[in-house]
Amino acid sequence: MTAASQKPQLSLDARLGLDRYEIDAEQSHIAVDHDKCKTCTTRPCLVCCPAIVYRWTDERVAVAYENCLECGTCQIACDHGGRGAITWHIPAGGFGIAFRYG
Amino acid sequence: MERFDVIVVGAGPAGATAGRALAQAGLNVLVVERAATPGAKNVSGGLLYSRAVAEVYPEFWKHAPIERAIAAHQIVMLGEHTSTALDFRSAQAATPPFNAFSVLRAKLDPWLATQAEEAGASLISGVNVDALLVENGRVVGIQAGPDQIGADVVVVAEGTAGLLLKQAGLRGPHNPHDVSLGVKEVIALPPDVIEERFQCDAETGAAYTLVGSTGGVEGGGFIYTNKASLSVGVVVKIDSLYASGRHPHEILDAFKAHPLVQRLVRGGEVVEYSAQTVHRGGFHLATQLVGDGYVVAGSAARLLVNNVLTLRGMDFAITSAVEAAQAILQARFAGSYTAATLGNYVERLKATSIYQDWRTFKDAYGLMENPRLFSLYPDLAGEVLERLLTADTKPGSKALGALSEALKGKASWLTLSQDMLQIARGMVL
Repeated sequence: MTAASQKPQLSLDARLGLDRYEIDAEQSHIAVDHDKCKTCTTRPCLVCCPAIVYRWTDERVAVAYENCLECGTCQIACDHGGRGAITWHIPAGGFGIAFRYG
Repeated sequence: MERFDVIVVGAGPAGATAGRALAQAGLNVLVVERAATPGAKNVSGGLLYSRAVAEVYPEFWKHAPIERAIAAHQIVMLGEHTSTALDFRSAQAATPPFNAFSVLRAKLDPWLATQAEEAGASLISGVNVDALLVENGRVVGIQAGPDQIGADVVVVAEGTAGLLLKQAGLRGPHNPHDVSLGVKEVIALPPDVIEERFQCDAETGAAYTLVGSTGGVEGGGFIYTNKASLSVGVVVKIDSLYASGRHPHEILDAFKAHPLVQRLVRGGEVVEYSAQTVHRGGFHLATQLVGDGYVVAGSAARLLVNNVLTLRGMDFAITSAVEAAQAILQARFAGSYTAATLGNYVERLKATSIYQDWRTFKDAYGLMENPRLFSLYPDLAGEVLERLLTADTKPGSKALGALSEALKGKASWLTLSQDMLQIARGMVL
């Protein structure tokens, strides 16, 4: 098998682009206590999220909640490996990810 | 306040099954699902084991939207450039009552919800349950937006990520050591390509369980054949994941780049990317299943049998829901829904074979804490076989010598023996 026969891996953005979302433009379902993040030395949210919803930008955590796959990993990681700054809710009824295969 | 006999939170396998069983018994049942359509929030990283399911949904394979009957199981250890596999095929698993099916939840769950509705349960979708209504320590209903709805008993079947029990102070927080993250791709491939590549026919398929190639992160991978797609994913422990500093999709990429996996998914088109947390399912992690006015079923109750070779969540969910429904009917007969009267659920569950299996394999959970299982041994297996199978120009050695060479600097014989004993205790004895 040659390398040429392989399709390159999709970027994360391309993957997320395949998914269907009903985006709640009104409100984020993720709340972050930014003061806690400032003193956080580990920031596991930046690593663990499968959709990289959390990015460290301009000295604070930017939250791209519209990409959330609703696994709940960030809450668990932040509670135990971070500062307990994240409060993850389920999106308002009917909003968020809508898997077509699952 | 509007009232039902029973409110079920969640229309997954547990919720839909509980709703159906209670409606069949003539109760006034409301099933509340947060997704606009049942299944749209759900992801499977496992198989639907059929025996327990068929007791509840007789010959469901004739009606339910299942994908393929799994008649081939591959247990594979992935080394850096090697793969060492156990290839099991069973003609019996290809015929009724089968063993397991691959499923896609966005197809399966609506069917299950329809069974509940046809039995007479009311289903509302696209509605969040914001809180459990608790009065004097007793669950008396739900809060959904501005509406309060009362019930004699609430069946909590909200899944792993559900927050209701936590909010109500009825469960503690999840520990990242006990919960894994699964990331998965559905990769479209024509059925004839799947059938040729996985050596199966139009109705049957293969399941791969793979260890190694997760970059030392504790976990493993899976590949399941669907009708016209593959489900390909990795499942990694959350504490190990953040210690690794690697993004989940990068671990999936590395897994897919392994020569064996690459060959199996070749030419396919990724059509969906998904993620889901899964409880490790240790018997010792069993959570409180009943309280005054409520019962917990399915993965919300951390009911998962995982002995490395089989991962049983959906059938356990269905079984638990049936037992929960029976306990509720018994409590109804007694005219009270306290932790004591509903406690019959726990006794009923303990009498099921799946619960017995859960106990039987309780030592297997320790295996999943052993980092050498995910990093050292998959490579070691490949290295030993490579030494034995390669006709070198230098003198070789027998198996034990090859193992000794391969072990050098990586682990002692003592460590190896202890690990073998652990595997034996978990799986064999």
